[in-house]
Amino acid sequence: MKVLNTEELNRKFQEKIDNDIKIEPNDWMPDAYRQTLIRQISQHAHSEVVGMLPEGNWITRAPNLRRKAVLLAKVQDEAGHGLYLYSATETLGADREDTIDDLHSGKAKYSSIFNYPTLSWADMGAIGWLVDGAAIMNQVPLCRCSYGPYARAIVRVCKEESFHQRQGFEIMMKLANGTPEQKDMAQDALNRFWWPALMMFGPSDDDSPNSQQSMKWKIKRFSNDDLRQQFVDATVAQAALIGLTIPDLDLKFDKKSGHYIFGEINWNEFYEVVKGNGPCNKERIDARRKAKENGLWVREAAMAFSAKRAIKKSA
Amino acid sequence: MTKKDWPLWEIFIRSKQGLNHKHVGSLRAADAEMAVENARDVYTRRSEGISIWVIESNNIHASDSSDADMLFEPSNTKVYRHPTFYDVPDGISHM
Repeated sequence: MKVLNTEELNRKFQEKIDNDIKIEPNDWMPDAYRQTLIRQISQHAHSEVVGMLPEGNWITRAPNLRRKAVLLAKVQDEAGHGLYLYSATETLGADREDTIDDLHSGKAKYSSIFNYPTLSWADMGAIGWLVDGAAIMNQVPLCRCSYGPYARAIVRVCKEESFHQRQGFEIMMKLANGTPEQKDMAQDALNRFWWPALMMFGPSDDDSPNSQQSMKWKIKRFSNDDLRQQFVDATVAQAALIGLTIPDLDLKFDKKSGHYIFGEINWNEFYEVVKGNGPCNKERIDARRKAKENGLWVREAAMAFSAKRAIKKSA
Repeated sequence: MTKKDWPLWEIFIRSKQGLNHKHVGSLRAADAEMAVENARDVYTRRSEGISIWVIESNNIHASDSSDADMLFEPSNTKVYRHPTFYDVPDGISHM
């Protein structure tokens, strides 16, 4: 085996990336690439898992059996997505339990959108339509991410998620065409989730220092602002179609660029929520911590049971 | 709290009769039987498969990726391994 120095290894690595050759778990990679991926993929995993909480809040109160079955299937998908992504971090040498403990200690972040409360059934519609819609827009380019296991996990996530946005829009459409009270519910949910959904794309490009390196490594393919614009352009027409109003007085179509111009995002709010001061940050982490602690006996019992089963088998 | 991670399992799914099992990902489970049950729930909720293999990740032995150039050198000098190397006279068919 020829021994290469770090400089040569780095050059060969970047050459592979430039030629769209995927990086696989046992390949040499710069430590910063590995750490960036562990951070990003684990944050993504945490978002899937914490994301179950705001929707889980409404499973027992879904308006009918069909809606309940749909919501259950969606939340079950999110659990699976969390698993695919935690598995991807493990291929990079991250320890599963450490990763989860980092979430619980507040060291690791997750999408700030899940720190907002779900106050009415219409929020299930707004989340599916806007939050999953924004997530899909973020995730589709990740299917081509340079790290093989992440890209493959995301392909699966996107495939499963395609119904999530549609079921949300369906809820909104139904409410928007319902009684005046139902329409108000839908509008209120849109009012509360619109701006946090725009924040899901992350800070503006000028304030996103890691973006450039991630683009060079092809972890990221489009800038935060480009994706946000794409989301606004797609969503405005959808809202109009069901007779709901985007809560932005500055919103207008710019004929010259072919894009919607939208109002200033309240970045102060964004950073406050990221820092832990959103309406539900504490509740979310408490719920996750409790789930881990209360599930401990199950994990131990499963190990004890498998040991017992092994003895029986060998007898 | 002490660490008691379940072992890691690699999951392979046969999508339909006649095709081979293909690696789809991994998961943790206390033993092989529970790994199969979990794999069923995680990887086959939408008719993705009809058969599951699980293998504990520790039991997978792989080639060294840094040896890949040497191991999988395309052997371009050994063109005689391919049928196009050989002349077949006109009039010969089914060969």
